Amino acid sequence: MSEAVVAGHHELRVRVPARGPRADAGAVAVVWRREMITSFRNKLRFAMALVQPLLFLFVLGGGLQGVATGSIGDFSFKTFLFPGVLATAVFMPALFSAGSIVFDREFGFMREMMVAPIRRATIVIGKCVGGATVATIQGLLVLCLAGAVHVPYDPAMLASLVGEIALFSLALVSFGVMLAAGITQFMTFQAVMQTVMFPLIFLSGTLFPQSGLPRWLEVVTRLDPVSYAVDALRGTVFRALDAPARARHVLDPGIDWWGWKVPIGVELGIVALSGLVMLAIAIRRFEAIE
Amino acid sequence: MSVAPPITDQAVSAHGLVKRYAEVEAVAGVDFDVARGETFGFLGPNGAGKSTTIKMLCTLVEPSAGTAVVAGHDVVRERLDVRRHIGLVFQDTTVDGYLTGEENLRFHAQLYGMPRASIGPRIDDVLEVVGLAERRGSLVREYSGGMRRRLEIGRGLLHAPQVLFLDEPTIGLDPQTRAGIWQYVADLKRREEVTIFLTTHYMDEAEQCDRIAIMDAGRLLVVDSPEALKAGVGADRVRIGTEDDEAAIAALRERFGVEAAISEGEVTFHVAGGETFVPRLFAELGVAIRSVSVARPSLDDVFMSWTGRSIRDAEAAAGPSRLIAHMMRGGR
Repeated sequence: MSEAVVAGHHELRVRVPARGPRADAGAVAVVWRREMITSFRNKLRFAMALVQPLLFLFVLGGGLQGVATGSIGDFSFKTFLFPGVLATAVFMPALFSAGSIVFDREFGFMREMMVAPIRRATIVIGKCVGGATVATIQGLLVLCLAGAVHVPYDPAMLASLVGEIALFSLALVSFGVMLAAGITQFMTFQAVMQTVMFPLIFLSGTLFPQSGLPRWLEVVTRLDPVSYAVDALRGTVFRALDAPARARHVLDPGIDWWGWKVPIGVELGIVALSGLVMLAIAIRRFEAIE
Repeated sequence: MSVAPPITDQAVSAHGLVKRYAEVEAVAGVDFDVARGETFGFLGPNGAGKSTTIKMLCTLVEPSAGTAVVAGHDVVRERLDVRRHIGLVFQDTTVDGYLTGEENLRFHAQLYGMPRASIGPRIDDVLEVVGLAERRGSLVREYSGGMRRRLEIGRGLLHAPQVLFLDEPTIGLDPQTRAGIWQYVADLKRREEVTIFLTTHYMDEAEQCDRIAIMDAGRLLVVDSPEALKAGVGADRVRIGTEDDEAAIAALRERFGVEAAISEGEVTFHVAGGETFVPRLFAELGVAIRSVSVARPSLDDVFMSWTGRSIRDAEAAAGPSRLIAHMMRGGR
């Protein structure tokens, strides 16, 4: 172990320690902290990310109410939309955070991290946890609006939702980082995200019940992990609701595999597993960058 | 996993380093040693392989062949150990514009796992040295180009590395800022026991080095101190503007036995005792001379005597291939 004596104003011994698990955890924490500082410093970006979910909830929700009344009676379509809108609320911040990796790479700062005496995995994990934290906080802001759309502030439900949002955020950022690892230009990343984001949102039952989709698309929705995240959020909200059976049947049918209704626990397991797989791929792709 | 560094006076030691890309041999086998505390410079035109060599030493690029030991650690087998003991300043900016100067340094300190108690005082110290103490709280995107460069150099030194690598540290800066940066580097050298390894294609920067390695087309041509290199040329540089350059070159060869070439638009050649040669030239050349200049050998002449062309001519020739190399890198 070598030490460098620094002759400055202060006689200081500065020494960079050898790496170990503690140092790895430290590196994750540093990358996470930077994500917090830069994200919350940009208030406008934070506020803009709330616009789309609010539009979906109040404008789309209000507008579709009239059309939906035939099948769901008096039940508020906004209440149905709420869990889906929670999901869309984390989409933008999660993917934006992932995209900042491309931005860092294009504008140089990534290099500072890449040349540090740390394992590449710690950069990816720090980035993903940081992005997930930001996305979760944005989800929580939307969650605060529950009462406005007749969803009760039930503590057990709220606690479950927070956990589900955090898990979904982490999986989404991992997905974004996995894609971002192969892209060197921020503009390209934005284009890819626009292309990927809307099919994911539309196919996952976020904004309308999947029962309305044609049969062949059902196969696609069952392969899409986002469907399970959204269904888990919706199941959690509907459990705390006093909804008429007819509305419940139309709006919260759940996802079934050949007639077996997939329970929320399994759905969350699918989200977690797919998140981990994507995180592992993201790390591998990152380690390959020169 | 850390291995005790062998007792050696070498900060950097490279043997037969080669880097091949698909079609190009960017570095074609280089050997050199850099002593502890030395300021060592790689001088050469763009595309000579300087940056690739530095990237191999910094563990960013794996050598195709050969070995290198930096700060006592092997660059392939002990990558993280090498990284702990080196500081890096790249050609392109790598500071975060959305953090303040101080936050950039703090991030770096924590990324390198510096002991908590040493971080604050060390940041104060480094900010002082690079003259940014007053602006520590400003976002880096509000910094000027020279300030960013200084911040990067300060950051490279923050964790007290044994070797500081500066890859074209002043490229793209105006002459005044460049001089300022060199002032800081000289101050740093006095205060910190650090070996400096730099690449440059500026002659005045190369002058600041204890020793220079001249690199061209992936090979090291010579390694020596600037003074020894200049003395080795042993001749003054004479440049003449003539009515007929081709005839002048032919006449120089026939009547004086001097090989001349056209460089930067003028007939250029080297002779011992330039001042006494010029009167003979006017009397005997037989081609009308419009202008004459005689100069003591500079590093540019050293470069020319080793490569047969000036560094600026080499740059111009390397232009298109650099562009292609850049495109290839961007496409990866």
